[in-house]
Amino acid sequence: MTPATRAVPGRRSRWTGATVAAVEGLTRDVRRLELQFDEAVERSAPGGHVDVLIDVRGRLERRSYSVVEWRGTGRAVIAVKQLTAGRGGSVAMHALVPGDRLTVSRPEHLVGLTLDAPAHLLVAGGIGITALVGMARALAVRGGPLRLLYAVRTREEAPFLDQLRDLLGPRLELHCSAEGRRLTFPAAFADLPPGGLAYVCGPLLMQEAMRVAWEESGREPRHLRSETFGSSGSFPEEAFTVRVPRLGVEIDVPSDRSVLAALQDAGVEMIAECERGECGLCVLPVLAAEGLLDHRDVFLSARQKQAGDVFCTCVSRAVGGALTLDTFDR
Amino acid sequence: MAASFPLDTWYAAAWSHALGAELLAREIAGLRVVLYRRADGRPVALDDACWHRLLPLSMGRLDGEDVVCGYHGLRFDPDGRCVFMPSQETVNPSAHVPARPVVERHGLVWLWPGDPALADPATVPDFGLADHPGWVGPDREYALACGFQLVVDNLLDLTHETFVHASSIGNAAVAEAPFETTHRGTEVSLTRWMTDIDPPPFFAAHLGRPGRVDRWQIIRYQAPATVTIDVGVALTGTGAPQGDRSQGITMQVMHTVTPSTEGTCRFFWKLVRDYSLDDPSLTRRLFEDSETVLAEDKRILEAQQRALEAHPDRAFYDLNIDAAAVWSRRIAEEMIAAEADGPAPTGPLA
Repeated sequence: MTPATRAVPGRRSRWTGATVAAVEGLTRDVRRLELQFDEAVERSAPGGHVDVLIDVRGRLERRSYSVVEWRGTGRAVIAVKQLTAGRGGSVAMHALVPGDRLTVSRPEHLVGLTLDAPAHLLVAGGIGITALVGMARALAVRGGPLRLLYAVRTREEAPFLDQLRDLLGPRLELHCSAEGRRLTFPAAFADLPPGGLAYVCGPLLMQEAMRVAWEESGREPRHLRSETFGSSGSFPEEAFTVRVPRLGVEIDVPSDRSVLAALQDAGVEMIAECERGECGLCVLPVLAAEGLLDHRDVFLSARQKQAGDVFCTCVSRAVGGALTLDTFDR
Repeated sequence: MAASFPLDTWYAAAWSHALGAELLAREIAGLRVVLYRRADGRPVALDDACWHRLLPLSMGRLDGEDVVCGYHGLRFDPDGRCVFMPSQETVNPSAHVPARPVVERHGLVWLWPGDPALADPATVPDFGLADHPGWVGPDREYALACGFQLVVDNLLDLTHETFVHASSIGNAAVAEAPFETTHRGTEVSLTRWMTDIDPPPFFAAHLGRPGRVDRWQIIRYQAPATVTIDVGVALTGTGAPQGDRSQGITMQVMHTVTPSTEGTCRFFWKLVRDYSLDDPSLTRRLFEDSETVLAEDKRILEAQQRALEAHPDRAFYDLNIDAAAVWSRRIAEEMIAAEADGPAPTGPLA
């Protein structure tokens, strides 16, 4: 079986094998997995992640998971939320049982935690907490001003809540929308002193709202750091049709399949790297859209998304009608 | 194979005076870094490989406080964050190179290659006499083609002076005198007094007075790679062993060794004295005199490294004289084992 992307040998990731060593439910739809690497690997610093090649209905796709905790040098603990309307990776991850084998990358760093700063603000939305747990622990151990804002729908859906409360005490603020306490910007970072660093991980709309408010408030863009997994957008996922007239291709993209994977299934030759909407390799020209484009990437600028003539196929979707794309083969 | 050096520790990266306005490439405990200074002088260390295509950033240029990659112009700030990327309207949020903890202390820039969350500046080795106003002297920095522990072994057993440095600091007394080794925590000390001896040529010249002397070597090892040696001679019978060194001269030979790779290291040396502080010609003479001694050690240590590689099935035999070296190896091994086996050092979450 060949992976979906050309990313495997010699590229940014260096791949190795791992065995699923333990599986445990944390909430109704979040599962904790311990991945035992076949060999000793260097621990990632807080904020590190591992990539996993997971079989999504016959195609190996690449997904990134934050390492919540390291056990020794060879066992990474991750937490995966099952998105029934997602691209299929989380469903496959939830089907894993102890003893299953996986291809995983050695630990990598997405964000890179800067420890020395006047203050740190961590902002998590839902399962985005996984990217921030390790940072929160490192920063709490180190001391210094720290706040973690954790936005969830209900307490029952908030993994790691008890442990974070033990760790952080009043420095943890739970924003529970079911209890009427929502996270708003710029209020969330109003108390952060100048030069303070903020790390945000959560739904794309939340991250975008924070970024816009951050820049409007005159703070330096480089002091706001974010991690994206390309798994959320502005609209619920729905099925739609993609046409590639140049190749005579017309395919259905199910609600739980990416455009990238659907094109590859149809034999369209694609290149891709990150599969989380940030590198820009899988971007194709948009020739026409019957409905709206749900841009879920962070590669295109607001201007480019507004113009709507290009589209990041690994994560972005169409809503309310068919999408007509061009291809690399032209 | 696990590394033969600890990572969760401070290693000297460069003498402060060697880190200026230019990018400086160094390999420290297997980690390639590029060092430079911010506008306010604070040192910065970034991993020396561009996030994009791994070109050493040290081949790029410094622009203000940012490093610009010499290949495609990606720009990284002192936190390692990418702040510019060519031909796209956004900057990839993942794009960064790790910034490593560095502190400047005792006239050296120290770097922590391990878990940044554990980097506590309070644990920088005590190298304080290297920049103490009451002590002056020359410094040197060498790249050596041998593992760092061989250098530590060498410094912790000065018996070799008799045989390696016979023309300068060695004499039969060093190899004949008894010594005492003690161990506490991550430190080892070794004390050797040679009473009523003829001074070796180096000390006779610097003492500048005729007569027999009492000579001392008080070695302090701070794990994993710092060795400071309190050395000197005083005229015999004037009370030096009891603490009165007024009829003698004292020097501190300060060493810290930084592993580069398994078989290479970088050696930082400084020889300070607490007399003739305003005599630069004496500093120059000491600098020149050290050339021979350090070259003699380099020749031995690099040959020893080659011998180790030629005899992979052989282990060292430890003698009584190696007591301090054996302690230091044990401490370093314990540090390495603690990094490899334990839970994440910041503690498990649940």
